[in-house]
Amino acid sequence: MPNKRPFAPLRNFNAKVAAVPMIATVLVVFVGCTLWTVVYSFTSSRSLPVLDFVGFDQYERLFRTTRWNVALKNLAIYGVLSLVFSLVIGFILAALMDQKIRFENTFRTIFLYPHALSFIVTGLAWQWILAPTFGIQKVVRDLGFETFEFSLLTNSRYTIYAIVIAGLWQGTGLVMALMLAGLRTVDDEIWKAARVDGIPAWKTYVFIIIPMMRPVFVTTLVIIAAAIVKIYDLVVAMTNGGPGIASEVPAKYVYDLMFSRGNLGQGLAASTIMLTTVLIILVPWALMEFRPTNRKGGAK
Amino acid sequence: MSTRPSIGEPRGRKPKRFLSPASIMIYGILIVAAIYYLVPLYVMIMTSIKGMPEIRLGNIFSPPVEVTFQPWVTAWNSACTGLSCEGIKVGFFNSMKILIPSVIISIIVASVNGYALSNWRFKGSEFFFTALIFGAFIPYQVMLYPLVIITRELGIFGTLTGVIVIHTIFGMPILTLLFRNYFVSLPPELFKAARVDGAGFWRIFLQIMLPMSVPIFVVAVILQVTGIWNDFLFGVIFAGTKNFPMTVQLNNIVNSTQGVKEYNVNMAATILTGAVPLLVYFFSGKYFVRGIAAGAVKG
Repeated sequence: MPNKRPFAPLRNFNAKVAAVPMIATVLVVFVGCTLWTVVYSFTSSRSLPVLDFVGFDQYERLFRTTRWNVALKNLAIYGVLSLVFSLVIGFILAALMDQKIRFENTFRTIFLYPHALSFIVTGLAWQWILAPTFGIQKVVRDLGFETFEFSLLTNSRYTIYAIVIAGLWQGTGLVMALMLAGLRTVDDEIWKAARVDGIPAWKTYVFIIIPMMRPVFVTTLVIIAAAIVKIYDLVVAMTNGGPGIASEVPAKYVYDLMFSRGNLGQGLAASTIMLTTVLIILVPWALMEFRPTNRKGGAK
Repeated sequence: MSTRPSIGEPRGRKPKRFLSPASIMIYGILIVAAIYYLVPLYVMIMTSIKGMPEIRLGNIFSPPVEVTFQPWVTAWNSACTGLSCEGIKVGFFNSMKILIPSVIISIIVASVNGYALSNWRFKGSEFFFTALIFGAFIPYQVMLYPLVIITRELGIFGTLTGVIVIHTIFGMPILTLLFRNYFVSLPPELFKAARVDGAGFWRIFLQIMLPMSVPIFVVAVILQVTGIWNDFLFGVIFAGTKNFPMTVQLNNIVNSTQGVKEYNVNMAATILTGAVPLLVYFFSGKYFVRGIAAGAVKG
């Protein structure tokens, strides 16, 4: 059969060359490195990786470690509070911004600027504001309320909430921007119809607009959730896991065990748990989003 | 729909009188929120221009009695990290050395890749693209150790090259998504016409696609400049001690346990570290929003 087209692998050759970095990244880094970590998490590796399989030993030991359990609990507190508050505050700010207000750009600039800053800068700024001997506690005490207590950073029971406050400061602007973009796609006709029917604005939001914006909410949720699992720099800058181990988080635990304590097996097991957490968030979303019947969603 | 004459003012989302109760509430909440967002920046700036005695006695919210820029000079030139006392400037130049090549290389790789994925699809290209996007959700911690081994084998662990490669790899999902979606949105007739005229892969990219894609390149640059400048994890692991970026150095200065804490110097150093992405943000406005919103756009 005469075929003038080039040999199949050479067809569209330039495009394949252009895609080499992507293919290499997917195969070597995303698939290869991830599999490596999962496989070695079942070995007895300590300071160096060794292929000596010990089943779930590392995981059993991991979940008996207080520090890891504190880290998981902190991630849960941080995660739930950040998700709820950033979605609620982000949506409310977006809804207020969508009322054809003046100075919209100024407000938007102010709400979003912390998102341009690194977690290190955010953490250090809030460490200063919340410092018990200088920050808010001292200022209020100086006003005459001498028993005023706001020492989140030194009281180990509340340190994680200080991190939530700083995280929200940095992150709600992003949610607001995504939500505002979503609100702007809502057809004006819907608002007119609701107004003609005499439905109050808040009801229109709760029963019509929010259900319509479901794809935006879901996408935002997945993005924030994936970022929450990665939380690391903010804790390092603000408390470095302290006081004691009060504000440990999984990402920091993994880093410490791998790079400063030389306990690779534990670090790899902990990072595999992080991966599992992300998969639990991601897989239902992917199934829902990429279901053939589903219309294209997402914020524009 | 009824055609009866309207009674009174139309309700709901219409431009209202500036001082109606509803708008007072709206502006009230927005202003309170704005204050919350602005306070940390205000406190940082005020602290950085006070002397230490004033900080110990005073109130973090009060403006300085006596303005001094000495903390800024100290922060830049001679703040101590626990290893040396050469100031945050070392980190600034290290960050620049990491930033410039990382931004350029990652954008070249991702733009060409996005172009191939939009106009030159081949068998398996969509599969790899989907895998790339999903890869963006894998926590970095899962891939860190094997990457350390790989970069060490390649002899680039603890070097500028190492950290640049890492930034290129992890910038790829979002940038590829950005470029692919942009190139897909361009009218296909342009591409077809160029093909008919006999232009090939690279010529169409350089002569037709590039000149039309300036806005998306601006978005990509902003995204990468802020992202890479703000990175801490990759810098601390892959760059090597002598190439520590500004974020790592800043953390070492502020959280170093030795010596007397100079809060004003710390805050000046913090503002200096935040200055680059902040300036990019204030001057880019809409492009920045487009960049972060791109993360939410499904391909």
